[in-house]
Amino acid sequence: MAEELTNLLISEHHPMDSLLRQDRLPHIWCSGCGLGTVLTCFVSALQKLELDLNKVVIVSGIGCTGRAAGYLNLDGFHTTHGRAIPFATGLKLGNPELKVVVISGDGDLMAIGGNHFIHAARRNMDLTVLCVNNFNYGMTSGQVGPTTPTDARTSTSPYGNAEHPFNVPYLAAATGATYVARWTALHVRRLERSLIEAMNKRGFSLVEVISPCPTYYGRWNKMGDALEQMKQYHDHSIIRHRTDPAEADISLGGEIIVGRFVDEDKPTFCDLQREAVQ
Amino acid sequence: MKLWRKPLDQDRVVVPHGEIHLILERCKGCQLCVTYCPRSVLEMSNLFNAKGYHPPQVGFPGRCVACGLCAMLCPEFAIYVVEV
Repeated sequence: MAEELTNLLISEHHPMDSLLRQDRLPHIWCSGCGLGTVLTCFVSALQKLELDLNKVVIVSGIGCTGRAAGYLNLDGFHTTHGRAIPFATGLKLGNPELKVVVISGDGDLMAIGGNHFIHAARRNMDLTVLCVNNFNYGMTSGQVGPTTPTDARTSTSPYGNAEHPFNVPYLAAATGATYVARWTALHVRRLERSLIEAMNKRGFSLVEVISPCPTYYGRWNKMGDALEQMKQYHDHSIIRHRTDPAEADISLGGEIIVGRFVDEDKPTFCDLQREAVQ
Repeated sequence: MKLWRKPLDQDRVVVPHGEIHLILERCKGCQLCVTYCPRSVLEMSNLFNAKGYHPPQVGFPGRCVACGLCAMLCPEFAIYVVEV
């Protein structure tokens, strides 16, 4: 069959394979899910950063996004639900030389791990948090989550969601994060650059990625297939750097303000503690 | 390409050309590479891979400029470009 594809070279290995656990591929994410694209951007950012990969640790929580740590050929841990940030905090305090990256979803970081998130931001722990927001709990069949927009339909809000959603960049900025950015899964080059900046930043940095969930959220809200949903998020996004994150609310079908919202320098928890001890 | 005047550095600028590689059994036929290729190099094929998805194929090989956007967009680590 392979011979019948025109002008295409069939290969066995990908240039990013050294950073991936090939025995786990292909991954379980649905066709067209934004998570794969986000992971590609992350791997590409890592390749460009040229860090010592023995000192990079990936921590993830539970959910579709939580599987990212299992697909990366780096030290990593798949924690219990919501506890990715406390585990990462422990790693960072135990060995401050490590570059600790938390990759998790909106349900894991904002709902059950919400308190851990705001307190890590308040302490300014030197972590990089990649929050992939698909507006629902995708792995457990699309229930309403903390970031589901008002009036959006999900399997547990069939008449429309009556709750107000979290505005993730606003929450992070208000609790003291030093780097806050938001992109959609289609802004691949900008997301890659943002991840490089976030990983180079000393302090709590958050990158939120708006990603489609074609199987549940998109289907309940009649957004079409994965491609249409991704295109819709991209078309509705407006790049506005340094805007006040309070204005970056997301409504159902409304515009999505993306960009780098916060980029400031502040002493981290480790710095202050070292000063206090000396 | 049609030019209304000859650029001063035209003889020095070399447009890169890419060769597209596909890992057939990883593809899940999401069409992201086909839709967003800025040079419309790719098209969907009618064939199936082992999982029953349609992989992309190269419709216009001469157009590829090795920008690598298909590799960045591919959620499956299934496609990449080598500059030749």
